[in-house]
Amino acid sequence: MNATEIREAVRDILHRFAPEADLDALAPTADLREALDIDSFDFLNLLNALHDRLGVDIPESDYGRVRTLQTLTEYLTAS
Amino acid sequence: MPSLGADMAAGTLTRWDVKPGDHVNSGDTIGVVETDKANVEIEVFESGIVDRLIVQPGAKVPVGTPLALIRGEAEAPAKAPALVRASPMARRLAREYRLDLATIAGSGPHGVVERADVERVAKQAEVRPGPAAPVPPAAPAPQPPAPQPSEGAGMRRAIAAAMTRSNREIPHYYLETHIDFSNAQRALETINLRRSVKERLLPAALLFKAVATALAEVPELNGYWIDDEPHQSERINVGMAIALRQGGLVIPAIHDADAKSLDEIMEAMRDLITRARSGSMRSSDLVDSTITVTNLGDLGVESVYGIIYPPQLALVGFGKIVERPWAENGMIGIRPILSATLAADHRATDGHRGARFLSALERYILQVQPG
Repeated sequence: MNATEIREAVRDILHRFAPEADLDALAPTADLREALDIDSFDFLNLLNALHDRLGVDIPESDYGRVRTLQTLTEYLTAS
Repeated sequence: MPSLGADMAAGTLTRWDVKPGDHVNSGDTIGVVETDKANVEIEVFESGIVDRLIVQPGAKVPVGTPLALIRGEAEAPAKAPALVRASPMARRLAREYRLDLATIAGSGPHGVVERADVERVAKQAEVRPGPAAPVPPAAPAPQPPAPQPSEGAGMRRAIAAAMTRSNREIPHYYLETHIDFSNAQRALETINLRRSVKERLLPAALLFKAVATALAEVPELNGYWIDDEPHQSERINVGMAIALRQGGLVIPAIHDADAKSLDEIMEAMRDLITRARSGSMRSSDLVDSTITVTNLGDLGVESVYGIIYPPQLALVGFGKIVERPWAENGMIGIRPILSATLAADHRATDGHRGARFLSALERYILQVQPG
């Protein structure tokens, strides 16, 4: 899967968890959980959805590396 | 109509899932009720045969109104309901308001239901005549439509009622403690390291377990204040405050949390949060909590001074786990620190009991093992 497809998948999944959010207005460096009001439970579900869609299992020790749209997309592209 | 929370005065039956003659078992859901907060599936608590559906879909009735008649299998078929004595005007009004006359206490001679009785019940339940109601011939000129309450207004009203009652009736006392979370964090990391994202535990699961374990030691905080005295509950059903995206919150119960493993608590949380956010709660989810836990750590809040959900006796608040300098055995180190607060009803317990509870909570968190 290329970077564009990964970005699309991430957007789809973010939209599912924060349907009212304007993702176009989301700064790539903003903290996702804070900007989209995603609590720890929904964050876990979001990682689960990414795992189901992209097959990437992000370990807990890497949570700090997937905090923004930009770092999350980079992380998934590199995996 | 069951009371699905201290803040509920009336509910609207939206659907029956059973019909007269159906066999029901204890725990079956038999219909759906809409409250100010949510659509809730109503469960039946005895097995038997549905004899009669008393309230029709669309009707809003006060808490305590019989919704249906279910007879035990050994019982003889119920007799036909006694004829309700009511004035013609009361009958007409009851039809318009879609109220069952049999559920209204009559104040007239020999218990005859009069117009004022129907109006009183309708007002209590805030019901308005249904759309099919006949228009009286001498109806006044139509009024401009009242402004529609915004989505979520009912939820705010319900929360306002419960919190106002709590602040008015319950003399709260507050205790706070800070707990070294490093052992618990290591335990969770060890557990989660071997698991895929689907099976991972959140710190909240451990906190619910800690509350339940501490309550088993200090049961005086677990239960309700009813009729001017405390009633301890034998079951420990920990209510979890769940914020909804559209605003407001619901507090479903993790049943028997003291007897559940961390994995079972996590599974219960997953189930309840998913159903709360998709709007499919069951009546037992909402009425069984014996204490409430609110966890605002996700939002960076350090401490929570909560308001007790009446008629419960206590509420436990958790804040964010933050790294802090921590002195122990004459040494200073950096540790992840959790703030835990207890809001308790001073009519039922004193600070000493509350302190024992927080001490038991801390002990669990300090000793939890990854196995």
